Amino acid sequence: MSDLKEFIQTKFNNEPFSGNGSLQALSKKGIELFNQQGIPTVKHEEWKYTRMGGVLNKDFSYANDLTAVTAKDVDEFRLPGNKEANELVFVNGIYHAKLSTIRSSADELIILPLSEAVNGEYKTIIDNNLGHSANYHTDGINALNNAFAHNGLLIAVKKDKSVEHPLYCYYINDARTVNVLSQPRTLIHVGVNAEVFLVEEEVTLGTSDSFINKVSEIVVEENANVHIYKIQNEDSHSSCVKTTHVRQLGISKVNSVTITLNGGIIRNNLNFILEAPGCESNMYGLYCVKGNTHVDNHTIVDNQMPNSLSNELYKGIIDENATGVFNGKIFVRKDAQKTNAYQSNKNILLRDTATINTKPQLEIFADDVKCSHGCTIGRLDEDALFYLKARGVGDKEAKALLLHAFAGEILDKIELPSIREYADKIISERLGFEM
Amino acid sequence: MLHIKNLHARIEEKEILNGINLDIKPGEVHAIMGPNGSGKSTLASVLAGRADYEVTAGEVTFLSKNLLELSPEDRAREGLFLAFQYPIEIPGVSTTNFIKTAVNEIRKYRGEEPMDAVQFLKKMKEKMKLVEIDQSLLSRSLNEGFSGGEKKRNEIFQMAMLEPTMAILDETDSGLDIDALRIVAEGVNKLRDGNRSFLVITHYQRLLEYIVPDFVHVLYKGRIVKSGGKELALELEEKGYDFIKEELGESVEA
Repeated sequence: MSDLKEFIQTKFNNEPFSGNGSLQALSKKGIELFNQQGIPTVKHEEWKYTRMGGVLNKDFSYANDLTAVTAKDVDEFRLPGNKEANELVFVNGIYHAKLSTIRSSADELIILPLSEAVNGEYKTIIDNNLGHSANYHTDGINALNNAFAHNGLLIAVKKDKSVEHPLYCYYINDARTVNVLSQPRTLIHVGVNAEVFLVEEEVTLGTSDSFINKVSEIVVEENANVHIYKIQNEDSHSSCVKTTHVRQLGISKVNSVTITLNGGIIRNNLNFILEAPGCESNMYGLYCVKGNTHVDNHTIVDNQMPNSLSNELYKGIIDENATGVFNGKIFVRKDAQKTNAYQSNKNILLRDTATINTKPQLEIFADDVKCSHGCTIGRLDEDALFYLKARGVGDKEAKALLLHAFAGEILDKIELPSIREYADKIISERLGFEM
Repeated sequence: MLHIKNLHARIEEKEILNGINLDIKPGEVHAIMGPNGSGKSTLASVLAGRADYEVTAGEVTFLSKNLLELSPEDRAREGLFLAFQYPIEIPGVSTTNFIKTAVNEIRKYRGEEPMDAVQFLKKMKEKMKLVEIDQSLLSRSLNEGFSGGEKKRNEIFQMAMLEPTMAILDETDSGLDIDALRIVAEGVNKLRDGNRSFLVITHYQRLLEYIVPDFVHVLYKGRIVKSGGKELALELEEKGYDFIKEELGESVEA
């Protein structure tokens, strides 16, 4: 691991620092904390079931030659509906303007490097929000991304604008010649009364190892409506830690759907900080994994003010040697009276070799709240299977029908039809479901 | 059509069926009555192929095939249908999609082309009328939140769609009020075509006023102890099951 530290430090020393003091301060604090903490081991309570050492203990290159990736490379994995979308392409962690297509006008959507934005009208927003996730993640992984936050991107949705074209963000690691470690960073500001759809996908080119350590901080103002969809379908040599940190600063609604289909080690941190009364946060997840995929969903809901609703449903279908981890933490602070916070994690293990570790964690400091949590781990319902078979449906088809129905509850939460159908198609094929 | 010979079955270590003999010919309606725990539902489950039951002796042939060797799905594909006493709720699967899958799986088994959407809808509309079931109900998740009557009507609707050769109705009358019972029974009667056979399992004579059987059998302690015509059902209704026990020379507990 000392090699990784050395590599990171060298890289850091060669960074062309620009922008004002606050970006530089965050980066400096980040590198210091990273050097102190390193990559978390399984001794760290929050990383107990997810071992990062193995995937990071190798020679990485920072592969800064961004010109090697062409539009044709991007064509290979564009998501359906892209012709109507803003497409934001990140190569090895850095926003690539030439490969990106911005269809929305500048009075709706602003896309600017943080180093540039920090000197303009968004200075206060950046100063107040960039790095906020570090309050919840004190480990070396988050610090590592902070160290390179000055390379990040500001995405701002102007107030009163409902962005017609969804934002498709592709995070590409070009691992065609070397192992790539990248640190994409975004700060997304959604103004008062605004609405936006965000769709994220990670992509690895080539067959060398890829690691994405991404942090996305999303600031949601009053009456805004934000939809966040993630599709994770990578090969086994691609691993990632993705932190999505949402601050709801005014009464607002945010829906998140995370679909995990394949990959190496996948860690999703999803935080909802409800800082205003009356917020609504919906967190949905579906992991349908096999092979040796390891998927870890760590969620935090921090209810700070009264009358908010958070609803969390994560479902897993785990096959072969795959492993799922679910850790759902809910805080209800002293002032957050009348909070409704629900959490549920349901798993189906298709084989004895599949694993799930699930852990709800509720910390409630208010006395007038409704909170519930539950988790189930099981197999397919034998009575339901028999019922289907007694109608002539074969064993394989009956199982596929039930599993698809189990997954469908989450897929239905995706409000962009092209993305929902895309995810549904992959899952149907995986489950052998034909309709 | 269906020949049951000396059928013995148990669940775990408990013997439930102790030598059932029954012959059902094409077009016949047989009723099986009996007190609770006599093995009525077990017989239905064993015939449909539920894995919880172990057949320890005897044989069952259905259309000259050894039924007991067939998987539950193949029994259905051969033309056997079980209307469940407790239809299962399956969230996320609509009745329409499910029955379409079932119809086409059965067609595939018989070497027929799958039904296209137009044909399927036409057939569905026709069969919906039979049990007075609404389209909106069929678009919902299978049986989820259905009333008792809706569930049973859905069973008969499925039967109508699958057009079995032999249908077993397992206590289809349980949990039904008189109106629902009438609708369900009329649906069944419309499916009586002189070739299709029925095995109607019931605790009460009431259902048999609507679905008039050709034969009535009394099941007791896993055996058919008395058989007769439809008048046997009336006799049972009048005298209760105790008279069977008396006939068998068993002491009747006060």
